[in-house]
Amino acid sequence: MTTSHRAAPHAPKSKTDLFWSFTFLALQGFGGVLTVVQRELVDKKQWLTLDEFVEDWSVAQIMPGPNVVNLSLMLGGRCFGLAGALAALAGLLLAPTLFVLLLAAAVAGFAETEVSHGILRGMGAVSAGLITAVGIKLMGALKNNPMGMWTCLGLGAITFMAVGLLRLPLVWVLLSLGPMASVWAAHCLKQRGAA
Amino acid sequence: MTVDLSLADWLSLFTHFMSLSLLAVGGAITTAPDIHRYLVDENHWLNDAQFTSSIALAQGAPGPNVMFIALIGWNVGLNASGGLGAGWPAVAMALWGVCVTMIGILIPSCTLTFVATRWAHQNREMLAVKAFKAGMAPLVIALLIATGWLLTGKHDNPAQDWPLWVVSALSTLIVWKTKTHLLWLLGAGALLGGLGLI
Repeated sequence: MTTSHRAAPHAPKSKTDLFWSFTFLALQGFGGVLTVVQRELVDKKQWLTLDEFVEDWSVAQIMPGPNVVNLSLMLGGRCFGLAGALAALAGLLLAPTLFVLLLAAAVAGFAETEVSHGILRGMGAVSAGLITAVGIKLMGALKNNPMGMWTCLGLGAITFMAVGLLRLPLVWVLLSLGPMASVWAAHCLKQRGAA
Repeated sequence: MTVDLSLADWLSLFTHFMSLSLLAVGGAITTAPDIHRYLVDENHWLNDAQFTSSIALAQGAPGPNVMFIALIGWNVGLNASGGLGAGWPAVAMALWGVCVTMIGILIPSCTLTFVATRWAHQNREMLAVKAFKAGMAPLVIALLIATGWLLTGKHDNPAQDWPLWVVSALSTLIVWKTKTHLLWLLGAGALLGGLGLI
């Protein structure tokens, strides 16, 4: 087998560990959790290598439902089965739900003011930057892709143009480019296997 | 606002969110336009301001973006019970609303993801599984960059919005090149925005 699947150095110790880890990262994730997930799971806890993260993220993204929720189910399920998946999911959702409901009850009315609009605008601009940065970081994982760096960059550029510039619906872009890319990747994997 | 929801209405709300769940490819936020159509335009269980502030509040609070679904359920529950002024029964009703919408949106997609990814993991050495992951990787990475781009580009008046673009570009650089804690960056953004500087 190829050695591209370098196993991550650490793993969650228990379901409790999963629950609290996801609670902790969910509570840091303002305006989406993805950036925090990459930092916590890959950089800090090292439960996943960058390559594994990109692979899992591809699957989490293509499945219906919230991406981070899907990722928590995958990671939890792989370590401790259904109970692990539920522990990670509960960790991800429980504390943020309580927080957001308390916030809603507390600020009823404030949400419509000029100041709160300004705060959300400022945080929105920052979180746009955070998401872009994660994308740039993950590009490092393409070095190990069987299709080769240049094909990957080409596919990435087409996807970016389709979704970011032409604003085509996500589903169509994934359903048309995805199978083509996968077939090509299968071809490359076979060639590499034969070589 | 106050509305009347029968048990059949709650059931219809639940099944509607269940059906949306499987359509939410690319995140729960992609279902927002349809939720607006169903709750605000068609059934009038929620007003426009409540819908918008549910999304804004969820973005300003920690946690996955799907939290806006919880807030929408909360508001429908409040509307069905006459608002927070009605006291604890209203809170109970609002929590009931949270359960209906959140469980509805989560069960189908979570079940599918759990079963499908388990299968994929057990068959991870299969060529099709490996090819799928390798083929999709450049696409989803580009999608992330496109999402960041779209969030920045939603402000499209250069004369007025250039400070926002600068903030986005700076935070990209800082996250990419340093290990600065993300909360500092978000706090700085909130401060600049709250003071009206950007």
